[in-house]
Amino acid sequence: MGVDSFVDWLRDAAGVLHENAAYLTELDSAIGDADHGANMDRGFQAIVAVLDESSFDSADELLKKAGMTLVSKVGGASGPLYGTFFLRFGTALAGADLSAEAIGRALHAGVEGVLARGKAELGDKTMYDAWAPALEAYDAAVAGGSEVGPALTAAAEAAAKGRDATVPLVARKGRASYLGERSAGHQDPGATSTTLILESAARTLT
Amino acid sequence: MKKLINDPGDVVSEALRGMAAAHPDRLRVDVENRIVYRKDAPRPGKVGLISGGGSGHEPMHGGFVGLGMLDAACAGEVFTSPVPDQMMAATKAVDAGAGVLHIVKNYTGDVMNFEMAAELAAADAGTEVLSVVTNDDVAVQDSLYTAGRRGVGVTVLLEKIVGAAAEEGQPLAQVADLARRVNDNGRSMGMALTSCTVPAAGKPTFDLADNEMEVGIGIHGEPGRQRLPLAPAREIAAMLVDPVVSDLPYQQGDSVIAFVNGMGGTPLIELYLMYNEVAQLLDRAGITVARSLVGNYITSLEMAGCSVTLLKVDDDLVRLWDAPVNTPGLRWGA
Repeated sequence: MGVDSFVDWLRDAAGVLHENAAYLTELDSAIGDADHGANMDRGFQAIVAVLDESSFDSADELLKKAGMTLVSKVGGASGPLYGTFFLRFGTALAGADLSAEAIGRALHAGVEGVLARGKAELGDKTMYDAWAPALEAYDAAVAGGSEVGPALTAAAEAAAKGRDATVPLVARKGRASYLGERSAGHQDPGATSTTLILESAARTLT
Repeated sequence: MKKLINDPGDVVSEALRGMAAAHPDRLRVDVENRIVYRKDAPRPGKVGLISGGGSGHEPMHGGFVGLGMLDAACAGEVFTSPVPDQMMAATKAVDAGAGVLHIVKNYTGDVMNFEMAAELAAADAGTEVLSVVTNDDVAVQDSLYTAGRRGVGVTVLLEKIVGAAAEEGQPLAQVADLARRVNDNGRSMGMALTSCTVPAAGKPTFDLADNEMEVGIGIHGEPGRQRLPLAPAREIAAMLVDPVVSDLPYQQGDSVIAFVNGMGGTPLIELYLMYNEVAQLLDRAGITVARSLVGNYITSLEMAGCSVTLLKVDDDLVRLWDAPVNTPGLRWGA
């Protein structure tokens, strides 16, 4: 696995987020402000434009650029959150060997960045409800001897369960929190986009 | 969706071009970076005032750029906060050596992006930046379990009052203190008769039947705290005024600026009718209206409905409120 795998991931994720833009916006309409799909699509299309124009020698340079692009293009809460994830993920990969362990450490660094920025806790009905079980499943798979691909598949499956588990929760962060009890019964859009991005990683980072 | 637009993706930039074309005497617009500047910014010795937020709230914020209010406003996508790059560029452009105040409405995205901009500005060195976050919406009751109270109507009053203080040369720390004082003394509550349609989404954010209303809404077309049967304006006024008055609380003998704001789709005749109800409720509570503001100033696209904001004032705040202002959205004395 090299920098090309990460390029494939970002392109694949951009495609998936584009296909799911209307769906993400629909989820966001129920408990937010109906812009999550359009914002993620705009941000990842901007990453694709960067990939079309430039080439990268290392995964960390590529991922940091992807993070800065999201910060600069997305706005809202998802821009700083996903931007920070990719910035920290990339920074943690600088000089690393791209082993399953190194990618695991980088995933943790990225999610710690998301937490520092968003201050969410497990069960707040946010993207962290998908990230947290994903990290746990990834670590368990690697401890059991899995390579990157299967470990990411386990992570994506755990993220999907975490995403589904957001449905009954009452939101305590972000715009959905203003709905109080009325936010229960709806799936969190951020946990949904996180799952899409991890499923894309499982397909491409092998 | 039925809107006066060309392409949903071009709404923000084409509206900014329109502002530039309509107000060349007062504004300079960087369409590419989506920043509206006061034409004569930076003003030597003056604290720079910057605000920004998602588009769809017009005239806020771009319409409040000019003499006596903001030096720059950063526009995001519809209902989406602008990005740190815009705030950085605006901060640098309006800094005349006296520092810059960021006026941020309390929404998760706005706060995160302005925070990132402040971190980047600190790393970049040079400009002294202070921030004030507005959070006047009493509809958000349990701020421990939410993202906190939203910044709504008081933001308009704050930008006017703080703008006057900056215009008369008050230093950054004093301007920031004043901004916090205004926020601390202001409270708001809003309601909607209809939803609104984000151009990129193409359909209304929520459905509301002809005989229903949403009480406790913010300014992003999001559903509110409660869905209730439609009621006469007199009862709606009480639903908005009572929680506002009891929250600060505003007491007998207090002087206030009373602000009845339209959400974008309600005609002025109804807003004045509502103001009549609000004024009577305040009169009965022994609260004196020192100044009033009625109209569409912080909107939610074409949403029908209104919000009520009260700001407790003293002679100093009234003097700053009365000071000259010349912006596309508010103008008097200049």
